[in-house]
Amino acid sequence: MGRWSRFNVASIAIGFAFLYLPIVLLVVYSFNESRLVTVWTGFSTKWYGTLLTNQALLDAAWVTLRVGVLSASAATVLGTLAALSLSRYSEFRGRTLFSGMIYAPLVMPEVITGLSMLLLFVAVGLDRGFWTVTLAHTTFTMCFVAVVVQSRLQSFDRSIEEAAMDLGATPVATFFQVTLPVILPAVLSGWVLAFTLSLDDLVIASFASGPGATTLPMRIYSQVRLGVTPEINAICTILIGIVACGVLIAALVTRRRELQRQRDERAAFAEGMSRAINPPPAAAGG
Amino acid sequence: MKSLGIFRRSFAPWADPNAKPFISFRNVTKRFGDFTAVDNLSLDIYTREFFALLGGSGCGKSTLLRMLAGFEQPTSGEIMLDGQSLSGIPPYRRPVNMMFQSYALFPHMSVEKNIAFGLKQDGMPKTEIAERVAQMLKLVKLEAFAARKPHQLSGGQRQRVALARSLAKRPKVLLLDEPLGALDKKLREETQFELMDLQYELGLTFVVVTHDQEEAMTMSDRIAVMSHGRVIQVATPAEIYEAPNSRFVAEFIGDVNMIEGKVALEDGRSILRTAEGISVALPETLAEGQSVALAVRPEKLKVSRQQPEGAGVHAMRGEIWDIAYFGDMTVFHVKLPSGKIVKASSLNATRGVEDPFGYDEQIWVSFEPQAGIVLKG
Amino acid sequence: MQRAISAVTRRLVILIPYGWLLFFFLIPFLIVLRISMSTSAVAMPPYTPVFDWSEGWARIRSALSELSFDNYVWLAGDPLYLNAYLSSLWIALVSTALTLLIAYPMAYGMAKAPTTLRPTLVMLVILPFWTSFLIRVYAWIGILKPEGLFNQFLLSMGVIREPLIILNTNWAIYIGIVYCYLPFMVLPLYSALEKMDHSLTEAALDLGCTPIQAFWRVTFPLSLPGVIAGCLLVFIPAVGEFVIPDLLGGSETLMIGRTLWNEFNGNRDWPVSSAVAVVLLLLLVVPIMLFQTAQARAERAEREGR
Repeated sequence: MGRWSRFNVASIAIGFAFLYLPIVLLVVYSFNESRLVTVWTGFSTKWYGTLLTNQALLDAAWVTLRVGVLSASAATVLGTLAALSLSRYSEFRGRTLFSGMIYAPLVMPEVITGLSMLLLFVAVGLDRGFWTVTLAHTTFTMCFVAVVVQSRLQSFDRSIEEAAMDLGATPVATFFQVTLPVILPAVLSGWVLAFTLSLDDLVIASFASGPGATTLPMRIYSQVRLGVTPEINAICTILIGIVACGVLIAALVTRRRELQRQRDERAAFAEGMSRAINPPPAAAGG
Repeated sequence: MKSLGIFRRSFAPWADPNAKPFISFRNVTKRFGDFTAVDNLSLDIYTREFFALLGGSGCGKSTLLRMLAGFEQPTSGEIMLDGQSLSGIPPYRRPVNMMFQSYALFPHMSVEKNIAFGLKQDGMPKTEIAERVAQMLKLVKLEAFAARKPHQLSGGQRQRVALARSLAKRPKVLLLDEPLGALDKKLREETQFELMDLQYELGLTFVVVTHDQEEAMTMSDRIAVMSHGRVIQVATPAEIYEAPNSRFVAEFIGDVNMIEGKVALEDGRSILRTAEGISVALPETLAEGQSVALAVRPEKLKVSRQQPEGAGVHAMRGEIWDIAYFGDMTVFHVKLPSGKIVKASSLNATRGVEDPFGYDEQIWVSFEPQAGIVLKG
Repeated sequence: MQRAISAVTRRLVILIPYGWLLFFFLIPFLIVLRISMSTSAVAMPPYTPVFDWSEGWARIRSALSELSFDNYVWLAGDPLYLNAYLSSLWIALVSTALTLLIAYPMAYGMAKAPTTLRPTLVMLVILPFWTSFLIRVYAWIGILKPEGLFNQFLLSMGVIREPLIILNTNWAIYIGIVYCYLPFMVLPLYSALEKMDHSLTEAALDLGCTPIQAFWRVTFPLSLPGVIAGCLLVFIPAVGEFVIPDLLGGSETLMIGRTLWNEFNGNRDWPVSSAVAVVLLLLLVVPIMLFQTAQARAERAEREGR
């Protein structure tokens, strides 16, 4: 292994400082007593209190949450199907177009996606509102789910599906009893990703939404345009807190599972070794 | 076939013209695009047989097994099982089970659940499933590991779970794809015998795919040596070794010296004459001048300082070129006057040898008249 | 029978997501294309439809002859749009270069970190991505303002006497883009560097390269796929970026995403904004195709690797 030089450590430290300092400052100043965000006058949580009375904001949060859960769930189903067709059926008509449509939204400028969605809804005569935002979010997030699930399927041992069929499971039974449980972690993280992207999106939602369906980012954006206020810092801090907790829990769970797995594997290996050196009488016969 | 004692066996349904084959491949061809994996192949396998498909990678042996399991469909031809055609029957409706090379254990299920999987698919009552699973665990001596997940097992234990799972449904035929490939050498040798015992006790038909000739020789009743999608020879291990039907089989199985020669006529009979001045009578009449080889296994070549005597013994002068000591035996590489190098092995039956052969020593190599196999083409 | 069922399942598995994407992704683009060729009107929707879906082929054929490129001609004639496109490309280019400059040493350091530490470092890079984009951009307003934290810090250190004007300049946009897209650059670089065999560098050193030569002749060329993927992942969305120039940039900063937004929401000129979008997409076709082929190659390599 190469040495971890001082230069390496420094570049990582600077990089992370750059990544985290703005967020830390934002959180810190949400507890500032002064209305002037950048002058520290003392610790206070009063801005959090005022949030609770802001009905428009609470409504927006509720809309965002519903859109997020619905679109993430639909996107997970669609994205998983897309990933399955891409990794399982190597040849079908229009596969290139299909994989193009999966990868393009990942890098497509949001203004274009948003505009085209809006024009579609107008063309088919769908009134813009809650459902159009949900449809738009489903469409662009399903591509992210597809990519996440597909990368799991890439390393999936197909022979376990064959084993299931060999043991009498029909293709449908095989999918639900073997394939899905094994790729479930990827499917779930796809859902979380889709949900986060939906919570996060401003541009596409602004295009696809109509009266009565203002999402939280839209509400925050219209306030941010008026200037930096401690209330916005407070909302942001809450959102960051929620995300941080979620990610932390997920990380701890996977880490613990990973550690457990490693311990198990080491134990099994040691057992195998001792058996190879010292075969028990039952196995040594023959 | 020459009636040598070693070829006689009590279990030999293939030699019985009235025996009905249990599995039969009839003119089976499988193409993947331009590539022909299996080429117009016909083969019969009998009940209770331990049958090995042996060959290098890409010879079509795995494709043959996968067609039997139902994962691939033949491009043409038919596969029969117990008198019924298997065409169009999906893998989950076939009375055969397979043990996968990677074991393909379900990572999210315990050992117990893995073994019960196939039984559950058949809708077997719960109590019966539990009973059968217990029986299987006992069979593979894994009772203590029932609740473990596959990643908590060693390689050898995983192999046993895979075996138990594929046997749980009591299939008519068990297909084994490189069953011992992932095990280390020592474990592999033990497990070979366990598999043989199991097959004999359960009275099942085993079809095993392997690239390991020792494995095939040790375990199976018959071996099909395959190359480029065709079966080159089907015979018992002893026949394959002692009476290969072609250069390919002779060279593929074990070590062999190919002594090249041409057909000559002597007193109206065909004989083989080699560059080393050896003449061997041929069993059949061949065209004069045709190239023919005499295959002699290294252990059938004898190295000596004196010219050997005896009726019909073939002897050649040579020089010891290289000595490879293996412990149980020593292999001498002997350079013949023609420049050809042959291998002769001798068993080290005693500890230490008085006055052993040295490098560059001029010696004789010889073999008995019956030791060579004449191979055409 | 069984075969037929599995064929039907197979078809459904492909058709459901395929159909969805066709309807919600591809057809919308065709609509954008169509509307970009119609003329604007003061109505709802504010454009004259080029053709009615209901009137059959004859109507469509006559409608096709009515398609106009007027909007495109107008775009080409107006320096505002031309400048917006050029400055978007320029800003995206500069930001991508800056991102690479910061991300490479970081990814390199991560790839050299002790193996036990690496997953944590990767998680720390991804973590900010989970927090809202909007929040991350917003955080910089408070820092970069003339009376903001950055200027306060520099003033108190005595480095400057007067506050620097950063907010509402291109520099603020560069900082915003680098900040928001840094993870997109670091991760592909890291995965390219991490799987590199360290003995390659050792071999180069053994054969007489200095460490710096070894880096430029061995490490860097081998990390190029990661560099390309990372640059495309930053460049493409940066060209059409809206939130960052809108919140951090000045009123005179022209970026095409913002121009499109204003054209659409402010002027309500749908045909022109569609034309703007079509041209933007045309500009991005080459980088997007590059990205697609890079993805396809990675996918293939992955598949053949096992």
